[in-house]
Amino acid sequence: MAQASGTAAGKSFFGRFGVHIAVLFFVTLWTIPTLGILVTSLRDKDQIIASGWWSAFFSSSQTENARLPAPNTAVSKDGRFVLEGNLFAEPGEKRITAFGTRAVAPTEYEAGAVADLGDGETLQINEDGSFVAGYPEAQTSERGRRVYFAATVPPRFTTENYQTVLFSEGIGRSFLNSLTVTIPATVIPIMIAAFAAYALAWMRFPGRAILIATVIGLLVVPLQMTLIPLLELYNGVGNLFGVPSKTYLGIWLAHTGFGLPFAIYLLRSYMAGLPRELMESARIDGASDFEIFIKIVLPLSFPVLASFAIFQFLWVWNDLLVAMVFLGSGSDQLVLTGKLNALLGSRGGDWEILTTSAFITIIVPLIVFFSLQRYFVRGLLAGSVKGG
Amino acid sequence: MADLSLKGVEKAYGTLKILHGVDLEIKSGEFIVFVGPSGCGKSTLLRSIAGLEEITGGTLSIAGEVVNDVPPSKRGIAMVFQSYALYPHMTVYDNMAFGMKIAKEPKAEIDRRVKNAAEILQLTKYLDRLPKAMSGGQRQRVAIGRAIVRNPKVFLFDEPLSNLDAALRVATRIEIAKLKESMPNATMIYVTHDQVEAMTLADRIVVLKEGRIEQVGSPMELYKHPGNLFVAQFIGSPAMNILPATIEQPGASTVITHLGGRKATLPIATEPGTKGQAISFGVRPEDLTVATGDDYLFEGPIDYIEQLGEVQLVYLDIGRADAPLTAKLPGNAPIKRGQVLKLAADPGDLHIFDASGRSFARPKMAAAA
Repeated sequence: MAQASGTAAGKSFFGRFGVHIAVLFFVTLWTIPTLGILVTSLRDKDQIIASGWWSAFFSSSQTENARLPAPNTAVSKDGRFVLEGNLFAEPGEKRITAFGTRAVAPTEYEAGAVADLGDGETLQINEDGSFVAGYPEAQTSERGRRVYFAATVPPRFTTENYQTVLFSEGIGRSFLNSLTVTIPATVIPIMIAAFAAYALAWMRFPGRAILIATVIGLLVVPLQMTLIPLLELYNGVGNLFGVPSKTYLGIWLAHTGFGLPFAIYLLRSYMAGLPRELMESARIDGASDFEIFIKIVLPLSFPVLASFAIFQFLWVWNDLLVAMVFLGSGSDQLVLTGKLNALLGSRGGDWEILTTSAFITIIVPLIVFFSLQRYFVRGLLAGSVKGG
Repeated sequence: MADLSLKGVEKAYGTLKILHGVDLEIKSGEFIVFVGPSGCGKSTLLRSIAGLEEITGGTLSIAGEVVNDVPPSKRGIAMVFQSYALYPHMTVYDNMAFGMKIAKEPKAEIDRRVKNAAEILQLTKYLDRLPKAMSGGQRQRVAIGRAIVRNPKVFLFDEPLSNLDAALRVATRIEIAKLKESMPNATMIYVTHDQVEAMTLADRIVVLKEGRIEQVGSPMELYKHPGNLFVAQFIGSPAMNILPATIEQPGASTVITHLGGRKATLPIATEPGTKGQAISFGVRPEDLTVATGDDYLFEGPIDYIEQLGEVQLVYLDIGRADAPLTAKLPGNAPIKRGQVLKLAADPGDLHIFDASGRSFARPKMAAAA
């Protein structure tokens, strides 16, 4: 986006206008699904089934049914036997527009009308749910009549879904598991890569060029190819120390390994772009390589560190494959992606569960991205644009 | 505070030789300027003195101590870079205090020296600012302040004014001159490609070309008595006019014949055997004056005039199509383009150089140096 507006700066009004329209279009396109998930996750589960999330802010009409009290409880009134009451626990909680007594014609009568059900039996259901059923003589049936009605339901938003998934579906626990995996798996590679990047950018030692070439080469090694050998290696070493095969330590190390080549590459190219005079000036000031790194290079590299942190965080957070290989599937180790996958199987039809879980899963990446996004853009441009 | 001595200093990157044995003695308290065209090795020489480049031959000693293998921070030097090289994330105060903090000097001492340097450079009210909130000239002052705080034996300046605009350059140049005056014991070495800076600041100028010293001397020596053609043309603006000539009559004062067969007599001694030798004859544009009588050096129509106000640069067509003669005449001289002009010069301001480019006035030069 930064680039788009940059190239548009010299263009005509219509050129800029076109760019803005295009940007707006893509932003909308990208944002709408997220918004849909958010809105759906906050809706009542019955409403989710009745209508799409885009109608969540308006009243929805849905057909429901209820059962009247047993006819034998009708009381005598004005020579007829009458049942009175309200279909709703709270009168007026929904607004009834029409009702009926047969499933094939659930909206046969308008609300408030007195329906003649034959044999002198009448039924009147009002908008607020109050009903009056009249019988010509005393009834013996203990089975109440089933009535159908169309009710307009005001929009209802609830956090129930979140309570459900967080505390009874196990998403909460998986959320913590994901954090347990992601935070160390982001911090450890940054710490290692920063040192390596400084050495590869600013220290002269034999074999440096080959080392850089190796790191670049490692960038293109497919992750899938390394999974089994890595696991074997880890288990072999683990057996030596009596460590079980699936532990958080294992996945931290795995993610560190997978993240390091890119981290070193990104950080090195940024650090190599820092002005040489700075290092020389510091060297004349008497700073050692370690001091130059800690006091000058590290603070100046903050944008690229943040940018890599976003990359690594998102990648680890969204990872399913590595987690499946290096972590178990018990509730104490199942990460969010794995949990979502499991829920798709077991609760496939329950949209309120799925959308809520999905939103909990994406909320962290969203926060991370939006809070650090200016570094994200800057980091992407690192090395390509001077002073970016 | 410290003498600096370079003996046969060489620097090579692989097979590419940058410095070909530089010999130079710098006395304590001197202001030395290295000048030369781009790629002459002046910056490399400075960086070698700083210890940022390792020299591949010769010895370099500061205050009598050979420092070939001593790291930069232990050489007792401070360097000011062209790009200022301020630490962008530190305030002015921290920038200046950085070296002393690394050396773990007591806080009170750091504070005293930083405040003192800030006082000298009028930076006191900017101490809390970040470099990005300062102008180019202020940044360069901070860089100089950082050098002062280190209290070095030798100050090294690597084209410190190149990144400043013209007006600021003049102001900062004067500040540096005053700074030197206020620290008479400090040895300063200054690299520039700007001969105005060299002329105005230097006690002695070192002219470099392709990794060799061409001439060392005070600014006026270099101007009045250039040792060779290169120095003659490098110092002074516009450059000295150089014309082919032959020696007509060697002796205590020499008679030469130059373009168009005109003769000139110079108070420069030449060997008897040089009669008839092809030489180069030089005269500075500013030494030329309009002649009225028959006693003139050059004659020709005016090809072009550049009016600069106080002076005008006159390009005289003297029969060399590719190289007109340049003369710097007063701005109010009544001349027109196309007019035929006669120019003369004081014989003492004329220069002659032999076929290899060396000045015939060399013996006198050697005595002066």
